[in-house]
Amino acid sequence: MPAKPTKLTQLAKLCVFSNVDMRSSNRKALFGLTLFLILFPLVAMNVSAIGHYVDIMIFVGIYCLINMGLSLLMGYAGQISLGHAAFFGLGAYTSGILCTKFSMSPWLAMIAGVGLTALVAYIVGVPSLKLKGHYLAMATLGFGVIVQIFFNEEVSLTGGPSGFSDIPGLSILGFSLDNDLSYYVLVWSLVLLTLIFSLNIIHSRIGRALRSLHDSQVAADAMGVETSRYKVMIFVLSAVYASIAGSLYTHYVGFLSPSSFDLFLSIKLVMMVVVGGMHNIWGALLGTWLLTFLGNEWLHVFHGFDILVYGAILLAVVMFLPDGLVHLVPRMSRVWKRG
Amino acid sequence: MTKITLTGQLVQYLFTGVTVGSIYAMVAVGFNIIYNVTDIINFAQGEFVMLGGLIMVFFTVTAKLPLPLAFVLTIAAVTGVGALMERFTIHPLKNASVLTMIIVTIAVSILFKGIAMFIWGKDPYIFPPFSGSKPLFIYGAAIQTQTLWVLFMTAVMVVLMTIFFKKTRYGKAMLACADNPEAARLVGIKVNTMVLISFALSAAIGAVAGAVMTPISLMEYDRGALLALKGFGAAVLGGLGSFYGAVVAGVLLGIIESMCAGLVSSGYKDAVALILLLLVLYVRPSGLFGNVEASKIKEF
Repeated sequence: MPAKPTKLTQLAKLCVFSNVDMRSSNRKALFGLTLFLILFPLVAMNVSAIGHYVDIMIFVGIYCLINMGLSLLMGYAGQISLGHAAFFGLGAYTSGILCTKFSMSPWLAMIAGVGLTALVAYIVGVPSLKLKGHYLAMATLGFGVIVQIFFNEEVSLTGGPSGFSDIPGLSILGFSLDNDLSYYVLVWSLVLLTLIFSLNIIHSRIGRALRSLHDSQVAADAMGVETSRYKVMIFVLSAVYASIAGSLYTHYVGFLSPSSFDLFLSIKLVMMVVVGGMHNIWGALLGTWLLTFLGNEWLHVFHGFDILVYGAILLAVVMFLPDGLVHLVPRMSRVWKRG
Repeated sequence: MTKITLTGQLVQYLFTGVTVGSIYAMVAVGFNIIYNVTDIINFAQGEFVMLGGLIMVFFTVTAKLPLPLAFVLTIAAVTGVGALMERFTIHPLKNASVLTMIIVTIAVSILFKGIAMFIWGKDPYIFPPFSGSKPLFIYGAAIQTQTLWVLFMTAVMVVLMTIFFKKTRYGKAMLACADNPEAARLVGIKVNTMVLISFALSAAIGAVAGAVMTPISLMEYDRGALLALKGFGAAVLGGLGSFYGAVVAGVLLGIIESMCAGLVSSGYKDAVALILLLLVLYVRPSGLFGNVEASKIKEF
């Protein structure tokens, strides 16, 4: 007789690739992405013009981690958060402070960051997620600004507006990660794991509950779905993703200041998810990739009016392509097949 | 040198608070006008204030126009911006979800911010106060004359809005749309036009706020977001949709903030308003002054 599945085995199942059920399209995309990720540094590092793309790709990976959570929250649960830079910052500052001031092991500090962020997300999430639409947006926006003010004002702890530096790098089993490639491998491995985990969540009982929430909370409630519990759960999960991303960011950059976690970052994260397509987790990855490269590399041409370009892109996508850029993919492949 | 007394200090904080609060009140009223007609919270509301300030700088300092003319032109320009925003972004998306509407108004606010940065750059701008920079002394506190202009303009706006919504056909029609758009349409009110007017009107109020506050607090391209957030705080505190509630709450918020900045910690002054906003949202989303029933009826 098979053993009754415990919470732990259920959780473990969510992490396994072979459980990525699903339509073959998801598996195909996952293989495609992995292949691209393996080939990318091989090409980039041998072509000097795009050698620094590996560095940008690390940031893409870090933001992808946050935005997968945001995509679950916005696209699947239908709740908005304009304060995710705060969770990213909480993870980053916890890691930075514990490692430099208390010389804690980076991995332990990362776990501490996750714990703290999850706690804060829970405390903020329970009352916030009772709010709807505009109220929720403003509440999360306000929360994000409060956290940023805290980073700015608690000078003895955070170094204030000028921040602090000399944060040690990461090491795994004695190997210290001291070049871009090693961080690239670490960050993107985590992204792939998180992606598999998230895809499994979407196709699990929780995922179905979330989508029912998105369509009609009243109907979901009536069918016995514990809507408020699932909303808070996914909010905390997305905060945890952001916290891990924050820790990775801290160790990679080695320097922290409050301006890296401001209100505009929160808005930019939402923008990435929306531009890519918020009803599809692949859209979050696409949007993150596109806007990060635009911001770090391709918009230098537009120096001085990059914000204008951001606004125009976001507006154009919401007005004319409400399902995001990822929606173009099946359309294009249909055209391709027709020949 | 005169000795700085405690009463003098308190009067100073009080005046600063009432001034800042009046600005929040105007932003809050701007939120309410649009919310009442469309159920949309316009995240670009703070950008109207920013544009008002910077366009006023353009007309007074760059174009060297006389003050009253510059003031009128500024309001006209920003009103036009508000109307354009409604026609090109809100109107085409009539049946979109709340999430989409939030993102659209955020996109517009980024766009406005980007345009302002493109035109004016990142530096803060100022133009001379309306009636000289010589302060008045009241109870040992130095009061800038511009402060009185801010209060005067807020009062004028309150009176004009009251007359508009209580006495004019358009005002009454807008209230009807707020109450029940379907019924309003049935009696021949053009709801589309009313939505357009609501955006234009709320942009105009934003422009007034921006034009009167700039000589006191300067203006730069990225000021909008925080102003919007605090204005929204005032609107919620006063009960979303309530006109007088917004004014009282705005002034109250300004006073609390300024007292906190003077007596406790200036760094956390921005946080105070936001923590208050969160508490009100969590504990009493209908606001301090509105009760739950009244917030449903949505009356000015």
